Amino acid sequence: MNRRRLLLGLPLGVVAVAATGWGVMLARMREGEFDPHTLPSPLIGRHVPDFSLPGLGGGSFASGITGTELQKPGRPMLVNFFASWCVPCVEEAPVLAQLAHQGLPLWGITYKDAPDATAAYLASHGNPYARIAVDRPGRVAIDWGVYGVPETYLIDAAGIVRWRFAGALTNTVIDRDLVPLLRTAS
Amino acid sequence: MIPELGHFAIALACVIAAAQAVLSIWGAHRGDARLIAAAPALALGQFIAVGLSFLALVWSGVVSDFSVMNVAEYSSALTPLLYKITGTWGNHEGSILLWCLILSLCGATIAVFGRGLPSALRARVIGVLGAVSCGFLLFTLTASDPFNRIWPPPPDGQGVNPLLQDPGLAFHPPILYAGYVGFSIAFAFAVASLIEGRVDAAWGRWVRPWTLAAWCFLTCGIALGSWWSYYELGWGGYWFWDPVENASLLPWLTGTALLHSAIVVEKREALKIWSVLLAIITFSLSLSGTFLVRSGLLNSVHAFANDPTRGIFILALLGIVIGGSLLLFALRAPVLVPAGIFAPISREGALVLNNILLCAIAAVVLVGTMYPPFVQLLFGQQISVGKPFFDSTVIPLAAPVMAAMGLGPVLSWKRAALAPALIRLWWAALAALVVGLIAAHGLGAIPALGFGFALWMVLSAAAELVERGRLFRVPLSVSWARLRQLPRASYGAAIGHAGLGVTVAGMVGMSLAVHSIQLVKPGQTVALGGYRWMLVSLHDQPGPNWMGRVATLQVNDAASGRLVAIMHPGKRSFPLQQTTTTDVSIKTNGLRDLYVAMGDERGGGVVLRLHVNPLAPWIWFGALIMAIGGWLSLSDRRLRIGAPLRRVATARRGPVVPAE
Repeated sequence: MNRRRLLLGLPLGVVAVAATGWGVMLARMREGEFDPHTLPSPLIGRHVPDFSLPGLGGGSFASGITGTELQKPGRPMLVNFFASWCVPCVEEAPVLAQLAHQGLPLWGITYKDAPDATAAYLASHGNPYARIAVDRPGRVAIDWGVYGVPETYLIDAAGIVRWRFAGALTNTVIDRDLVPLLRTAS
Repeated sequence: MIPELGHFAIALACVIAAAQAVLSIWGAHRGDARLIAAAPALALGQFIAVGLSFLALVWSGVVSDFSVMNVAEYSSALTPLLYKITGTWGNHEGSILLWCLILSLCGATIAVFGRGLPSALRARVIGVLGAVSCGFLLFTLTASDPFNRIWPPPPDGQGVNPLLQDPGLAFHPPILYAGYVGFSIAFAFAVASLIEGRVDAAWGRWVRPWTLAAWCFLTCGIALGSWWSYYELGWGGYWFWDPVENASLLPWLTGTALLHSAIVVEKREALKIWSVLLAIITFSLSLSGTFLVRSGLLNSVHAFANDPTRGIFILALLGIVIGGSLLLFALRAPVLVPAGIFAPISREGALVLNNILLCAIAAVVLVGTMYPPFVQLLFGQQISVGKPFFDSTVIPLAAPVMAAMGLGPVLSWKRAALAPALIRLWWAALAALVVGLIAAHGLGAIPALGFGFALWMVLSAAAELVERGRLFRVPLSVSWARLRQLPRASYGAAIGHAGLGVTVAGMVGMSLAVHSIQLVKPGQTVALGGYRWMLVSLHDQPGPNWMGRVATLQVNDAASGRLVAIMHPGKRSFPLQQTTTTDVSIKTNGLRDLYVAMGDERGGGVVLRLHVNPLAPWIWFGALIMAIGGWLSLSDRRLRIGAPLRRVATARRGPVVPAE
């Protein structure tokens, strides 16, 4: 009989635990200590992990990208994860082109994309990238903690990741976040 | 003046609800006939008061009274009349008032249609509904007053959220809430029976129609929401495992389980404690679904003002309602005596399996939805749980449900043998197997399994009716007579099961969809999915409160060159709200959807997203069939007639067919 009573009290216990959790979350949200909506990157303030990816091939994209190159680039630069199948990537293409035109080095890593499709994508939407590596299985993206494509990382001269933006870059984001960071990074 | 009257009506309703709760439950406890008799009147009074306040809010919207903050924020002079009305519930405060309105309506329906109930039970049920109502009206009054005034009033309002300016979404909240809140009646019955300490066959019989009605509304509401996200959001999908979607799916799953376990309570007086728990859980999930998504804790595409302070009030309220009912359950459930023994292979056994699997799916979805915030709280890590998790966990649990669903209705009560049941369904199983094998040949294992199960569900539902009517075994006229004698509930169940089969077929079809994103210039042609899509032109199109840009596409069959459709996808920008919505163009022939969404324009061309979605309309069509099955079952005279009258009615009709 006692065991039966315990069993029947179980739902109450589960709800009590869940409600306590929610309560703590809401209280800390009000204090501003807890925000379930941010996408913090584990890479911020650290070097990028070791990796080695092949290049896209064809013309100037023969050489791939390795982690060591990004761990001490000597000047601030952007790394952009993208794919030909992603709509926001198409949206941010003009913004990236403009950044590259202004002289900020931009390297691209394609995420789960066939090289042919990438080449076709670059042909129709323009190519702002100085180097392009191919991450077909998406393993390197996992190591970086990529949330989805497009995603852009700012790496400073010493190779420390300063900033990560998930989603399509816009001029507003660049003026608000990237430009101030670039001033301090260089 | 009108808004103040509305505000006063809420306060009045809150007081009536408090009286409804205290007097009815106290009266039933003391056996005081006068207090018990007062319960229905109080429930009706509360409904009238909430109804008046809701009308006052609608009125403020219709006459564009921008001194009411709610109207100023979510309506404008240019908003079409329909959306001035529906805008009433297109925001946090208004939707909570709508929620309260439906809750008070539930109390009023029990007052009006519950005449067949024992008066003490009816008073207790009304009392429980009153208690819940009182809590949420108090919340409306203190933390989410829809009649807040602003002074001076702005010359024009900010307008309806453009995404919500759509007929599909305008009626989505009332239908969905009718489903959510409808489960409050089953909840009230559960709590009332715990107070009384008695659950019997009659309990199952009373709870079933109310649960079924709520379930039908919820089914329609979920389908409408998913249809809206399909054609309005323009992402090409119909279900995104978003927390708000999951929040509506959870009570649907447990509500479906309750629907089936209540049958066992009614017919066999077994699963009583379990059904009571399910009723409490279902309404608890409805409550959490409506309110926790507004607390700002879950990441969601659904835009509602997020306010942690409000969240704490809501959490306290939920704690009292859910915690209180579960405490009562823990204390009183041991009093309920289990009865009705049955073998594992029997109708009851099949229904228990259905319950276990549905609740397992609900548990998996719940864990997937709650996991990210809890992991962040405990370990400070941000994770996301999405489609891959849900696909790989829900599908393996859904497959046995689909397999067992066809078998359950042909098993007999108490004790059954598997072999004769299977023999009766041989042609359904064979057809499903053949279709599955053919599909496996061209499409791969998972879609083949899906199509096989879908056909199995439809055919086994038909086979059950064939079996009941002894079709092809006795002369056709006899079969016809037998089928006409069948209770509507049997048809309802078969139609409901077949509807799920249609929906599953649609989902499997959608998993085979192809799509492509292209930058297209006028005159260019893209080939996709056996069609040639040509962009003919791009032009402007002004609307009442938006500016539009429309593309014209000509779609031809790639093989024959025949013209299939002219499509007009567009984009609308709403200057007042500074937002843009996509106007997806969909052409369907019932077997597949051609789907075009328009993106940004660049360099004389436009980014188009083209989809060919096989069987897509079946998803919503199947949901409609399920709901029709539910309504048909509701119209069964057994459910309309009160319990004491029921025995007479069955006796008069004669024992021609075994009741389901």
